Amino acid sequence: MATSSAPGTDLSTEISDALLGEAVELPPGLGPWRLAWRRLRRNRVALFFGGVFLLILVLCLLAPVYAKHIAHQGPAAENITGTVKVGGKAKDVVSTTGIPVGPTWHSRYFLGADENGRDVAVRLLYGGRNSLEIGFVATAITIFFGLLVGVLAGYFRGITDGIITRVLDVIWAFPAVLLGVTLGVSLALGGIGPLHGNTLMVPAVVVGVVYIPYVGKPVRGQVLGLREREFIDAARQQGLSHARIMFSEILPNLGSTIVVFVPLILANAILLEAGLSYLGAGVQPPNPSWGTMIADGIRTIPAAFHNVLVPGIMLVLAVMSINVFGDGLRDALDPRSKVRIAR
Amino acid sequence: MTVEAATPQPSPAPGAEAGPLLEVEHVKVLFPVKSHTLVARTVAHVHAVDDVSFELREGETLGIVGESGCGKTTLIRTLVRLIDPTSGAIRFRGKDISSAGRRELEPIRREMQMVFQDPQASLNPHKRVDQILGTPLKLRGVGKDRLQPESRDLLTRVGLSPEHLNRFPHEFSGGQRQRIGIARALALGPRLILLDEPVSALDVSIQAQVINLLDDLQDEFTLSYVFVAHDLSVVRHVSDRIAVMYLGKIVEVSSAEELYSKPIHPYTSALLGAIPIPDPHENRARERRKAQGEPPSAINPPAGCRFHTRCPRATDICRAVEPQLSKYAGGHIAACHHPQNVSSTEVTAATRSDASPLSAGPDQPDYVP
Repeated sequence: MATSSAPGTDLSTEISDALLGEAVELPPGLGPWRLAWRRLRRNRVALFFGGVFLLILVLCLLAPVYAKHIAHQGPAAENITGTVKVGGKAKDVVSTTGIPVGPTWHSRYFLGADENGRDVAVRLLYGGRNSLEIGFVATAITIFFGLLVGVLAGYFRGITDGIITRVLDVIWAFPAVLLGVTLGVSLALGGIGPLHGNTLMVPAVVVGVVYIPYVGKPVRGQVLGLREREFIDAARQQGLSHARIMFSEILPNLGSTIVVFVPLILANAILLEAGLSYLGAGVQPPNPSWGTMIADGIRTIPAAFHNVLVPGIMLVLAVMSINVFGDGLRDALDPRSKVRIAR
Repeated sequence: MTVEAATPQPSPAPGAEAGPLLEVEHVKVLFPVKSHTLVARTVAHVHAVDDVSFELREGETLGIVGESGCGKTTLIRTLVRLIDPTSGAIRFRGKDISSAGRRELEPIRREMQMVFQDPQASLNPHKRVDQILGTPLKLRGVGKDRLQPESRDLLTRVGLSPEHLNRFPHEFSGGQRQRIGIARALALGPRLILLDEPVSALDVSIQAQVINLLDDLQDEFTLSYVFVAHDLSVVRHVSDRIAVMYLGKIVEVSSAEELYSKPIHPYTSALLGAIPIPDPHENRARERRKAQGEPPSAINPPAGCRFHTRCPRATDICRAVEPQLSKYAGGHIAACHHPQNVSSTEVTAATRSDASPLSAGPDQPDYVP
């Protein structure tokens, strides 16, 4: 059975073989995705950090379990006057001079307390939940709208492209943090529809919108190139509609770009959220997030630096693991690609 | 065996209709050249296809040859309306499609398919072969349960193994990919296939296979071809008639044999002289007519005969008056004021062809011994 040899060399036998219907079914060909997975599997470092991020994610999702069964304290429960046993001795959670207790390494106040007597470990996990939730929602918003405007601009070119590109330029012209603070504060105070006050959606939408050009522009560029390829002409002369060509011919070719962008945007979104929350334009108290925890902890740095260190380390760990995994993903999907996000 | 049933059934050939399958009349394609100082404005036009007329009969193969940049590819992309013509008429079975919308074109696109030059770029790298063939099959109205057997049948017909259905394009060689491209064109059950340099990206040995395949398919499905190439030796094997293009205009059309034995236009002889002969002694020994220099710019084409800047036979009239396409005996037409390889009686008997560009002068060709 000549399967991979040049066709035509033994055409007649090949065809008769096939027509007899007894031909052995070949295994399905390896698509670009499977090939990428094979390359990724060999990259141990990327896989390890992917695992680290997954662990952080699972821990944060289990925050209510931790709060209920281990710490016996909710994320907002204050306990300024209470005591906690450290090494057999009872100790004030917050001393009379206002200094919170450090890590006890016991189930209660495992990572210490903050100046209001709240359990840092519990708040860390709940904060992580919020930070990651905002990160994922923001990434989804960025990717969806970035793809939408990028594909439309690149495919239709002309006036559509002109308008979309100018709008993206306007967003891009502002530093991300500045735009985030402006939008975050005004939405929190004024609000549009469900986007107001202290819902988590405010920072999620703000962070998502700020990063749209970072995805929209490269996608537009790639679509501009793709639409000149002959398979698009082939689809056009078969009579397919524009929507169909964009969706079923162009979109699959953007898949690897998107997969590469997801971790990059996610890491940046988490960082930007932390920055905004730190500045008070992101997650609003009493909701915890890594950013607000750092902001709260700043005041007690000299006496109890664990309040800053704990969320800080967590933030670094989460962002770094996403980035390292994302780098591995990029190398696996396209060993030659140079996709980087400008910061 | 279900091969018969699975054959892409073209609509019954309208044998009663005597008219040509495809008529192209005075088609012009101009591309604007824009200057982007502050505001984009059109400063000039590229005359990619400039007043081209020809017709194609059912079952016929028309070869179109010419140098790179002479407008061959633009011409056939215009025929399938990937590019909109600036003016002129394209009639498929008598129906003008030069300004038809997408819905109007739909039934015609089924009968008129295109095979592209680069087999690598013309297949979507993220689609398996069954998806690539499935799209046109579904457009033809093939039911879901028939998709698989029809695709298998198509692959068999183009000389690939039906097991290749679940493979991706990158797993095939160039020749195999071009066969998939041909299968995709066949999937809609077309009557006319436009081939845009279908073999120039392939090895010489593979070229022969693909050309033989095209030949077999033509007999099997009574297809008509428009075959574009810059290589005269390839076109010669497949074509019934050959049209020679130069700078957006057709300069000569004749039957395939006569073009080689009796080229009337000096540009055609120059093209023939450029065919390499595989034997170095013969190659060196033959007398070649060459076209001097480079082809002029299509943005500002020369006045009169467009070939006069490179033509050894050019005179004053060539620089001033655009030659008409003169019809010689046997349907051989050529646009030259000073035709070669024709006798004085043939020249005097020549008449103006309907395919002549509208801007051509009234002058009859004169006999130059």
